[in-house]
Amino acid sequence: MNQWKNFTKGFIKENPVFILLLGLCPTLGVTTSAINGLGMGLATTFVLLMSNTVISLIKNVIPNKVRIPSFIVIIASFVTIVDLVMAAYVPALHAQLGLFIPLIVVNCIVLGRAEAFASKNTVLSSMIDGLGMGLGFAFALTILGAVRELLGSYAIFGYKLINTDGMLVFVLAPGAFIGLAYLVAIVRRINK
Amino acid sequence: MEYILIIIGAIFVNNIVLAQFLGICPFMGVSSKVKTAVGMGGAVLFVMTLAVIVTWIIMHYVLIPFEIQYMQTIAYILVIASLVQMVEIILKKMSPALYQALGVFLPLITTNCAILGVAILVIQKEFNLLESVIFSIGNAAGFALALIIFAGIREHMDKLNIPEGMKGIPASLVVAGILALAFMGFAGMV
Repeated sequence: MNQWKNFTKGFIKENPVFILLLGLCPTLGVTTSAINGLGMGLATTFVLLMSNTVISLIKNVIPNKVRIPSFIVIIASFVTIVDLVMAAYVPALHAQLGLFIPLIVVNCIVLGRAEAFASKNTVLSSMIDGLGMGLGFAFALTILGAVRELLGSYAIFGYKLINTDGMLVFVLAPGAFIGLAYLVAIVRRINK
Repeated sequence: MEYILIIIGAIFVNNIVLAQFLGICPFMGVSSKVKTAVGMGGAVLFVMTLAVIVTWIIMHYVLIPFEIQYMQTIAYILVIASLVQMVEIILKKMSPALYQALGVFLPLITTNCAILGVAILVIQKEFNLLESVIFSIGNAAGFALALIIFAGIREHMDKLNIPEGMKGIPASLVVAGILALAFMGFAGMV
């Protein structure tokens, strides 16, 4: 039961995007459509799960003074793996996400969970924490992507609902900021 | 002329914060006062230019000759992290006044995606060293400009009557959205 709570906290209660406001750069940058948001979210989930697992496995071997650089190297290795795998198997999505794939390295959520959770907890709970937080991040990105796609081009997951041009501003940069602003306000209201 | 276009493009047309969404964390976190925004802008200008020079040299004289370009992400983040540490130590010894002004912002910069982002961008755009330096100065100036304008607006927002649910971050995000809308007016200039 406790592990279940550990898993679900990332979705609403401690959602990395809506509540903790971490990792805003990829959140705003890639969510021009629901598919892009989901792809970025799943890539981050993989990195988060793997880095949390490895860090909690070797936490007792890493000297305290060099722990942050060691975490960063571990995270960067998994980011490189994701980058190469995506370039090989989903080149179209990889091209869309572009710069933001290597930038998962500096996503505050990944280092934040490593430092705050994986370096103190057991392997199993760190894995569940990584998976839950990652899926919560993917959930937030997909929602924001869906909202922007719906308003910006009247489509959802690439499926056109109304056959006219949407409000283009939601696909462009200002729509990202304003869309996220209202989603954060709504989630805060739900949490109350 | 070409260099002027790079600078104008980086500051206004493709503003690093408002059009490319890099460095949002310090943009949201640090920019509630104009004075701290200026300090952060200065620190980013300093570190970004240095980081781009060092990573450009590493890319072209280490990674490409040995054909290990896939090590880019790992190599870059290590270089940037150690560079920031080194700058901090050197500034502390050489120029305590400058350290006082920039010191608190330096640790934050390691996880600032704008630095890593620009270092990767100059490789993607295949710039030479001089173009890379000019591009990074332009981007840092654009970052500072967005940060200072945003801080100026936020200083006045304290006096407004904002609905309960929108207080804090949501209201700031709306302001950033309107600012991004304003910067879209520069589109097509270069």
